[in-house]
Amino acid sequence: MWLYAGRRILMTIPSLIGVSVICFALVKFAPGYPVQNLLSPTASAEDAMRLRAAYGLDKPVVWQYLIWIGRVRLGDLGMSISDKVPVAGEVFQALAHTIVIAVISVLLAPVLSLIFGVIGAYKAGTFADRLVTAVAVFGISVPPFWLAVVLVILFSVNLGWLPATGMGPNGSDTFSYIRWSDLKYAVMPIFAQALPPLGIMTRTTRPSMSESLNQDFILTLRAKGLGELQVIRHAVVNIMPQAMAMLGLQLGYLIGGSVLVETVFTWPGTGYLLNKAVLTRDIPLLQGTILVLAGVFVLINLVVDLLQSRVDPRLQRG
Amino acid sequence: MPGLALSWDIDFGDKTKWTLKLRQGVSFHDGCPWNADSELWNFKRVMDPKAPQFNFRHVGMIGYTTVNIVTVDKVDDYAVAIHTKTPNALFPYEMAMDYMISNCAVEKDNYNWDAYYKHPSGTGPYKFDKVVAHERLELVKNEKYWNPQPMPKHDRLVLLPMPEASTRAAALPSGQVDFVEAPSPDTHPRLKQSGMQIITVPYPHNWDYILRTDVPPFNDLRVRQAANFTINRQDMVDMLQGVAGAATQTFIDSQPWYGKPVAYDFKPDKAKALLKDAKCTPCKIKIGISTSGSGQMQPLPMNELVKEQLEAVGFQAELVPMDWNALIGVFFGGSQKTDFNRINFSMAPIDPVQGILKKWMTGYAPPNCCNWGAFKDPKMDDLGARVLVEFDPAKRNSLLTQLNELAVADAAEIYIVHDLNPRALSPKLSGFVQAQSWFQDLTPIVVKP
Repeated sequence: MWLYAGRRILMTIPSLIGVSVICFALVKFAPGYPVQNLLSPTASAEDAMRLRAAYGLDKPVVWQYLIWIGRVRLGDLGMSISDKVPVAGEVFQALAHTIVIAVISVLLAPVLSLIFGVIGAYKAGTFADRLVTAVAVFGISVPPFWLAVVLVILFSVNLGWLPATGMGPNGSDTFSYIRWSDLKYAVMPIFAQALPPLGIMTRTTRPSMSESLNQDFILTLRAKGLGELQVIRHAVVNIMPQAMAMLGLQLGYLIGGSVLVETVFTWPGTGYLLNKAVLTRDIPLLQGTILVLAGVFVLINLVVDLLQSRVDPRLQRG
Repeated sequence: MPGLALSWDIDFGDKTKWTLKLRQGVSFHDGCPWNADSELWNFKRVMDPKAPQFNFRHVGMIGYTTVNIVTVDKVDDYAVAIHTKTPNALFPYEMAMDYMISNCAVEKDNYNWDAYYKHPSGTGPYKFDKVVAHERLELVKNEKYWNPQPMPKHDRLVLLPMPEASTRAAALPSGQVDFVEAPSPDTHPRLKQSGMQIITVPYPHNWDYILRTDVPPFNDLRVRQAANFTINRQDMVDMLQGVAGAATQTFIDSQPWYGKPVAYDFKPDKAKALLKDAKCTPCKIKIGISTSGSGQMQPLPMNELVKEQLEAVGFQAELVPMDWNALIGVFFGGSQKTDFNRINFSMAPIDPVQGILKKWMTGYAPPNCCNWGAFKDPKMDDLGARVLVEFDPAKRNSLLTQLNELAVADAAEIYIVHDLNPRALSPKLSGFVQAQSWFQDLTPIVVKP
């Protein structure tokens, strides 16, 4: 186990270096100039040049990368160009806001998808099964940003039950998980975010469950006289490694924050931050955000791999 | 006339010297007195790299307002003298966007700008109260504002950025906000139905195309005219459900430089004949456009419609979409650095410096800003030079009008529409008067409980 874990952890290092090179280069070679938004439309070329020099953007790209990665190593992601505050602070704050909705979505999605998957497989061919399939197809096919807009029109404009936008009545700095007046701002973002993973995971758990229930050991279990709930429990344990891998991927996507959903709800998470960084061509902010998100993604995959290997020790042999 | 100065007087003996008399009894939000010393301190903030308050970012934002200044001297506690490099009758227009901040506040923070940004201090009717980055800015009434006239008629102004138009249109009827900027035209009927007020006003906000005029095909006047005769502006207004006005020139008719230029009405046959005459068939052009952006209205459907209209008479138009920031880069870089024949770059020609001189005079051609397409007409350069030394406002406006008429006769741009700047307001609000400008006074708004 420890050998496997050590090997797996070492393997993340080249991934992280690769990620850092790619996210630095991608952003660098995109069109547009980072200091433009600080300039008035009629500012002179010299003003632009001076500002570029002040942000170190006049140096050769490789040199810029080495300076950047040297600082990143020490936890310094640089300064945001348009907000003039440390990128690390901005990214981690946005990450905390995204986690509010990602964690709840990620708790909802696998639990519901397992329940749906079990119902679908156990009651194969019935109305319940078709309903489960419908939910899965809906979750996969409906674009979350469209769903977000529909939710806003229905629950904010027509019914007036939920606020349309923002994170709390006074902004995120006073947001509380335990106050309903705050939490209600998160309801629609959570729902819109949870639906795609719910659909995808249900699509996977339903056939896996079905396959698991048709295996010989299930027959043996029934022959031994086990109750149906116990039988289902065994079947569920068998599909856990697969479900966990799926969950890891989905959690990664959710932590990345949906640019579209967060923008529709003006939810100040990582997706919204990315959108803003792209539109203002705030290179340090963009690079820092992508790097942190990619890092979190790699980390989640690592944790999922290690957990999977605990559940299914056969994986350690690979 | 800016409020912090009482007068701007040119010295007719030395036409490079302006004397500004400053208003007395004004203070910044932090109580710091406004006087000639604070004015001088603010000029050094963007002009003197050796001054402790010199700030690169501020130079980027407002430094262009001071590029023609040589020195600023204190005359007495409430008067300063400004010397310009050359006589410049349009100098007050250039200075209009030079903003003043509290010198005491910055000095108190030991020139630590990060600390200052947490409590910025100006002289206006609203005081800074709170900011949550990316989410909200809260301003409160400045009870000590020097001018009782535009004293805010509400206690607090909360500004919430909402990039998504459909969210804005939903936030208003749901009661979460009382005022939204730029609701998209397709949401207007629904907003009106739920009792909201939709307010529009004609204002100088050109949605147009800037042309590259040093290479074919737009170096040929006939092609430029053909492109203008091709545009069915009413179609565009209809598509935008009325929230735009047809534009046949840069300005709107309430501006003093409007004049009586030739009008390019929709004449597709004339356009075809001109193209044939210019031997540009099919007339291939490459157009840089943005997918969204400040003042760009609804660039994708609007550009599609223009492309369709152009192609109906013999143009072959290739639209190259990019994000707004990239298009700004194309604009700043000048036309020679790209292969675009024209770009869709909207501007607000609120004054003659940016609305006329910078657009058409060769001195502003790349690498300088903002004659992107290197437009060149010696007659216009000559008129422009005369404008700068004409200190009689009536005569100056007459010269500027001639310049504008000449630009239209030259078909220097392709004119499409002026935005009407739609805003949606809750029925609880009253007193709002929409400005014919991007600079909007919100102080008269009264909120019914």
